[in-house]
Amino acid sequence: MFKELKPAALLLVLLTVLTGALYPALITGLAQTLFPGEANGSLIRQDGKIVGSALVGQPFSDPKHFWGRPSATGPVPYNAGASSGSNLGPLNPALEEAVKARIDALKAADPTQTAPIPVDLVTASGSGLDPHISPAAARWQAPRIARLRGISEAEVSRLIDGHTEGRQLGLLGEPRVNVLSLNLALDRLAKF
Amino acid sequence: MTANGYMQLGLYLIALIGLAWPLGVYMARVYRDELPGFVRWLKPVENAFYRVCGVKPGDDMPWTRYAFAMIAFNLMGFLVVYALQRFQIWLPLNPEGLANTTADSAFNTAISFATNTNWQGYGGETTMSYLTQMLGLNVQNFLSAATGMAVVVALMRGFTRKEAGGVGNFWVDMVRSTLYILLPLSVILSLALVSQGVVQSFSPYQKAQMVESVSYEQAKTGADGEPVVDAKGQPVMEQVAVAEQTIAVGPAASQIAIKQLGTNGGGFFNVNSAHPLENPTPLANFLEVLAILLIPAALCFTFGRFVGDMRQGGAILAAMTVVFTALLAVAAVAEQSGNPLFDRLGLATEASDLQAGGNMEGKEARFGIANSALWATATTAASNGSVNSMHDSYTPIGGMVPMWLMQLGEVIFGGVGSGLYGMLVFALIGVFVAGLMIGRTPEYLGKKIEAFEVKMAAVAILVPPLAVLVGAALAVSLDAGRAGIFNPGAHGFSEVLYALSSAGNNNGSAFGGLSANTPFYNTLLGFAMLLARYWVMIPVLAIAGALAAKKIVPASAGTLPTHTPLFVVLLIGTVIVVGALTFVPALALGPVVEHLQMISVK
Repeated sequence: MFKELKPAALLLVLLTVLTGALYPALITGLAQTLFPGEANGSLIRQDGKIVGSALVGQPFSDPKHFWGRPSATGPVPYNAGASSGSNLGPLNPALEEAVKARIDALKAADPTQTAPIPVDLVTASGSGLDPHISPAAARWQAPRIARLRGISEAEVSRLIDGHTEGRQLGLLGEPRVNVLSLNLALDRLAKF
Repeated sequence: MTANGYMQLGLYLIALIGLAWPLGVYMARVYRDELPGFVRWLKPVENAFYRVCGVKPGDDMPWTRYAFAMIAFNLMGFLVVYALQRFQIWLPLNPEGLANTTADSAFNTAISFATNTNWQGYGGETTMSYLTQMLGLNVQNFLSAATGMAVVVALMRGFTRKEAGGVGNFWVDMVRSTLYILLPLSVILSLALVSQGVVQSFSPYQKAQMVESVSYEQAKTGADGEPVVDAKGQPVMEQVAVAEQTIAVGPAASQIAIKQLGTNGGGFFNVNSAHPLENPTPLANFLEVLAILLIPAALCFTFGRFVGDMRQGGAILAAMTVVFTALLAVAAVAEQSGNPLFDRLGLATEASDLQAGGNMEGKEARFGIANSALWATATTAASNGSVNSMHDSYTPIGGMVPMWLMQLGEVIFGGVGSGLYGMLVFALIGVFVAGLMIGRTPEYLGKKIEAFEVKMAAVAILVPPLAVLVGAALAVSLDAGRAGIFNPGAHGFSEVLYALSSAGNNNGSAFGGLSANTPFYNTLLGFAMLLARYWVMIPVLAIAGALAAKKIVPASAGTLPTHTPLFVVLLIGTVIVVGALTFVPALALGPVVEHLQMISVK
């Protein structure tokens, strides 16, 4: 029996080198050559600075910006160094409180908007880093953005449509709006 | 759910079966050393492995030797993962300077990855260095998966050999599983994932200048490092402004590919495949969730090839698919129906082409309800345990589906290898029960099923529930166990039951609110994982050895055919009855009570 210990140790070393060193090194080499942007985090650069990642959301609380999904990361929302969901159960009173507070904040930012709020706009995302909201959640915020920025609602709608990603291959996933790229586009609009 | 949602789920099942068939046939050829031409160039590498390790590929092992080799190999792997975590601060490839983990956490994680559970008591990006992830966790992702595949191949040989002394060579099965199956699939999948935006780099975490800065309050500390207190003795708080976003990166894609293919499930990042850099797009999600069930489904076809009758594998696959589809529908409907609280608060929860609606707490906008429910069902049907949404925030019934799928013993597809051998154990129990009913000696695939096999099957079926129920009872009885509960009421009990169901069936997913990175849970769950893995594997190998030694009896008029719809029903019935009888009382105290509470609020 104990003569199995030698092949066990040697095979562990060989397979460790193969799957733990050569394999990740090969994939890194190929990834950095074929898809350098994606492999490094899909970073968005503006004026030479990294202003975020196209795949990672950022916190927005200024009413002149579109707001994203609530985030449960700590100590600040959208901490992309420590992802986390809320883990609140469906009957947890803390969930009810949190959702109510978000509803109040959205309504305070735009008292004239009386349509029902899309559920994804007041529920925390799984990662705490969700870059997207539903098109419904973006449209719900459009009147506020238009009013506070002094632009027409039609123009805001056009921007939203321009930043809406449909289902991938026409079938997979859900339609969604990238909040960071939408807000960056809004801010660029204001500069001109 | 919308018509599109049903189409996505349908496409998934079609793609799964369509890919599993050719893969399963290919795998049968690999294990029987009938390599197809396109991988024959790897043969010298395989032979070099044997030469270096002093392995004679034709050396047939009796089941006891096979089991000893498996345990020795797994134990050494465990020690490496433990050591890497305990020394990572002094080792290279730790750009963030992450500290060594505690002994209990390292113990838990090392068991977790060696047993193919991949329960995570830790948060990846805040705990594990790149080196630990690669040389420790990533390697075990491959090796624990290969171990499961080796054991199921040994069992298949048990069914096909006549009066043989051995069940194969463990080292050969390990090398072939890794070299010809897991590694090539991982290379393809990881590159596909990178193309979608999964990160793969060795650079330190990226810093981004945020559009809006945020601030938080923290207790002020003086020059001496002690908290500053005011006249009343209250800690003085200060505002900290954060204008920069730290974005964790790393060699993630290579690890995520095998984490999905090997039914491991341990995420590179804390939130696993909900993380946008681990699972960035719906297409990435589709590929990852497909990879979860791919090899477990393919092994059914491999089994059919091995025993020389594809219908036998087809019957097993049919039983798995029926249970899977039924429970997927329950989870999807429960999550789409959502939390009545959201309707009471006047939110828009109806699904449409503009929003997913339903219970979006803990879910990502790009995945919505259909893809979250699909993932939750697939990851717990298989013993994968990765998540793309937070199961703790599911509706009671939506959360009960993944919990019960684990409690069924991880045989609905199940882990790579472990799912099929678990299901074959249920098949033995099924033919045994049928044999008792019709008064004949039970047979399966020409092998008489006798007292020894049934005893071993009973051990394999009863040990995991024992670990789950005794462990959960212990945890809720002790202060140390109750201290980890996050959500109040029945949901808190569900958190504990889920954790033990996960560890006690080598799944690895969690109701993440439970604070499980404590000495109590690290130890309890560590032992549950060990029991669930090896007290199934060893009896299965014993069955393999006993079956291999038997004659093959030709089918007679009294033989129960095991490729018919009747057998599929018998098999499903066996799995469901054992799973239901064992766990319904516990489930009644958790999700069932919670559901009744939820619908009673007006």
